[in-house]
Amino acid sequence: MTSAPDPAEAPPAPHAAGAAPEHQGRMGFFARLMENDVAYSFTRSPTAIIAAAITVLAILACFAAPILAPFDPFDPAQISLWDGKLPPAWTEDGQAQYLLGTDNQGRDMLSTILYGGRLSILVGLTAVALGMTMGVALGVISGYFGGAVDAFVMRVADVQLTIPGILLAILINGIGRAVIPAELRDDFAIYVVILAIGLTDWPQFARVARGATLVEAQKEYVMAARVIGLPSWLIMLRHVLPNVLRPVLVLATIGLALAIIAEATLSFLGQGIPPTTPSLGTLIRVGNEFLFSGLWWITLFPAIALVTLVFAVNLLGDWMRDALNPKLR
Amino acid sequence: MTELLEIEGLDVEFPTRRGTVKAARGVGLTVRRGEVLGLVGESGAGKSTIGAAIIDLLEPPGRIAAGRIDFQGESLRGRTEDQMRRIRGDRIGMIFQDPQTSLNPLKTIGEQLVETIRKCLGLNEAAAKARAEKLLEDVGIGEAKARLGAYPHQFSGGMRQRVVIALALAGEPDLIIADEPTTALDVSIQAQILDLIKALCRERDVGVIIVTHDIGVIANIADRVCVMYRGEVVETGDVAQILGAPQHEYTRSLIAAVPRADRRLPRFASVDYIEGGAQAFRRIDVKTHWLGAAAREAAGQGPALSVSGLNLSFTLQRAVLKKNRKHLKAVNEVSFDVAPGETFGIVGESGSGKSTVARIIAGLYKPDSGVVRLMGQDVSSVPSDPKARAARRSLQMIFQDPYSSLNARMRVLDIVAEPIRFFKLAGSEAEVRRIVGDLLDHVGLGAAAARRYPHEFSGGQRQRISIARALASRPRILICDEPTSALDVSVQATILNLLRDLQEELGLTMLFISHDLPVIRQMCDRVAVMRHGTICEIAPAERLFEAPEHEYTRHLIDLMPSMDLLGPAPV
Repeated sequence: MTSAPDPAEAPPAPHAAGAAPEHQGRMGFFARLMENDVAYSFTRSPTAIIAAAITVLAILACFAAPILAPFDPFDPAQISLWDGKLPPAWTEDGQAQYLLGTDNQGRDMLSTILYGGRLSILVGLTAVALGMTMGVALGVISGYFGGAVDAFVMRVADVQLTIPGILLAILINGIGRAVIPAELRDDFAIYVVILAIGLTDWPQFARVARGATLVEAQKEYVMAARVIGLPSWLIMLRHVLPNVLRPVLVLATIGLALAIIAEATLSFLGQGIPPTTPSLGTLIRVGNEFLFSGLWWITLFPAIALVTLVFAVNLLGDWMRDALNPKLR
Repeated sequence: MTELLEIEGLDVEFPTRRGTVKAARGVGLTVRRGEVLGLVGESGAGKSTIGAAIIDLLEPPGRIAAGRIDFQGESLRGRTEDQMRRIRGDRIGMIFQDPQTSLNPLKTIGEQLVETIRKCLGLNEAAAKARAEKLLEDVGIGEAKARLGAYPHQFSGGMRQRVVIALALAGEPDLIIADEPTTALDVSIQAQILDLIKALCRERDVGVIIVTHDIGVIANIADRVCVMYRGEVVETGDVAQILGAPQHEYTRSLIAAVPRADRRLPRFASVDYIEGGAQAFRRIDVKTHWLGAAAREAAGQGPALSVSGLNLSFTLQRAVLKKNRKHLKAVNEVSFDVAPGETFGIVGESGSGKSTVARIIAGLYKPDSGVVRLMGQDVSSVPSDPKARAARRSLQMIFQDPYSSLNARMRVLDIVAEPIRFFKLAGSEAEVRRIVGDLLDHVGLGAAAARRYPHEFSGGQRQRISIARALASRPRILICDEPTSALDVSVQATILNLLRDLQEELGLTMLFISHDLPVIRQMCDRVAVMRHGTICEIAPAERLFEAPEHEYTRHLIDLMPSMDLLGPAPV
């Protein structure tokens, strides 16, 4: 073996073709972000950009409601019943200070929509977070361990999925209200709604997380972690969970839209948030009562706000599903 | 003799968002009738691109930027899609790597053949059927008439590939392009398929282009060889000349990296033409080094690894009634001992149960019966026993697929440091980082790799990270499950060299699983041959190769691609 030269003396050979480009630590955050395939696909999709812009704008506007809104609909001092049922500002009877008109109690529509939207988004986000946490935890556990645990969790999920989501939410909501003492009911209404929607949501997340876990658990990096001797909870948390999050995030985006609708539906049915702290659903319900007396603006504007928001979030979810799916790239 | 296919100055480009990738640069080659041209190169060499360019099936956005492709004297460039489709069926046949996906699972073999024959040759149904039958017989499928009604899933992998070959021949083509036709098949089937392709080439006087990464395939079938490297043809010539007396530096290093079946070499010749970034292996002082701590512990008496009476069945079909349940006996009464510091090989074809044995030993599968002992400690009976857990830590595993064996969302630092941190093998975080850097350095990657993510590395580099991670637990026993079968041949040689160096330095006991007999011969002291879950024969490696006792072992050794053309091994 004297004929073989020492590898150290061999001339530096070119790198393997197809190897990823060298990343430099000095690269700025924005530059690194643009290297990312998902970010690249985002800049190439006008639908995604518009949907994201609408979503972000809507969320910002709603959360900045105390600053942006011309009135505070929760402040009795600012409400005057004399100004009730005024049409939008551009119509004949409209007043300039009430851009989108007022509702039956004399509250400025624009302000109530901003405040109501804030509540709708907040309820949607927390409900999805609740459903996602619960569903992903159960899904990963049942996918990782399999056997009896898996069979039990997934059968419970199956049973729950046979009941229409909104009926189940009404049921949970009803139970929640019954348990809470009457004088506290309005204060806790929001939390009951969040719980109701979150508990309805989890089977979807559990199914997706379980499916992804079944694939990941067979991969060799998980086996390597098992051979190292790491405990199961650590493997699930550190290795499996980060790798199943992609499909879960897609589902969460679409789930956000559904949760906002679910909240609106509950409120519309009078099962959700009380009219004193209106959400978009409550506003539509209240407006609905006046629709046939010609007061179209009370229900139309909250409805437009709801549809736009849900549509934008859904488009964003659709784009994300395609962008994160390597098969469709 | 006139040229069947002539390619000159062919450039193929793939425009991407990060600039244009030139997959082929100025490629020139010719194919004659009745001749097999081997197009050989490692991954990313552009060999498949050439095959796809000829038949205008480049994956978008790939395009031919320049060059001439003349087939039987007429240019293939600038044809319409319709014309190309006719040429692809009638005059150029194709055989792809995976017979699984080349056939339509919803149609019978007969339907697919008859449809192709009718389209290409314009025969009527009865005549086409008769031809289909004849074709199946030609490719060595018996009882052709009955088989025509069968679906692809009723055939084995090798039989399916025969059907794909029959489909390629259906239009009576003048040229056949076979892209890695035997890569997905076992060695015994590989030999048959290669013989078949070669015989058909001679009988029908067609030209064949075989695209492959496997020098063994080239040695067995090709008449002439084109060696490709990074999109260029670096050398063309007669197969005996290319394999026996290569001229180009790349070809020489490629040939040197091929594991030899005929004798054992102390190590592979230096071949880092591809993995140029890897550094030379530097010895460490085992007496003082962190890695040596486990080696310094008093070595116990007896075998390091002992397996006795292992059994494991997989359930193929569940049923309430016992008689309806179906089981597959994956491991059947497997017993062997491995002495400290020894490399013990397990060789067998796919489905022989060799990986299952490795996974039982690693504790990933629980055996139905049998005992696994590490350093004399029973680790399989009560896996949760603290003593068993401690013993398990002395065992680590290196996996086959470097692309799935590293968690893509963790930095290399965290991947390698995981066992060190979890078992608190180092005092402080600073020490952890120093040890990880040291380990990465030791496997030839350099400490700077710690900051990066796995996707930034090539396959061979990833396998080095895997090795560093395995070493981080300071193991005494290392299981290597097909550690190089997903790698290019030159990368394989460097990884095998590294494993050998580490074993020698740290006195590791190694269990080496492979389907590749030449690799086994280069790496192992003793070898077990497995088939259908049982061990056929255990013998010292040299004796196994020189004087195999079991019939199946002889069969396997006979099937090894002949390397006679390679010339004598360097001494």
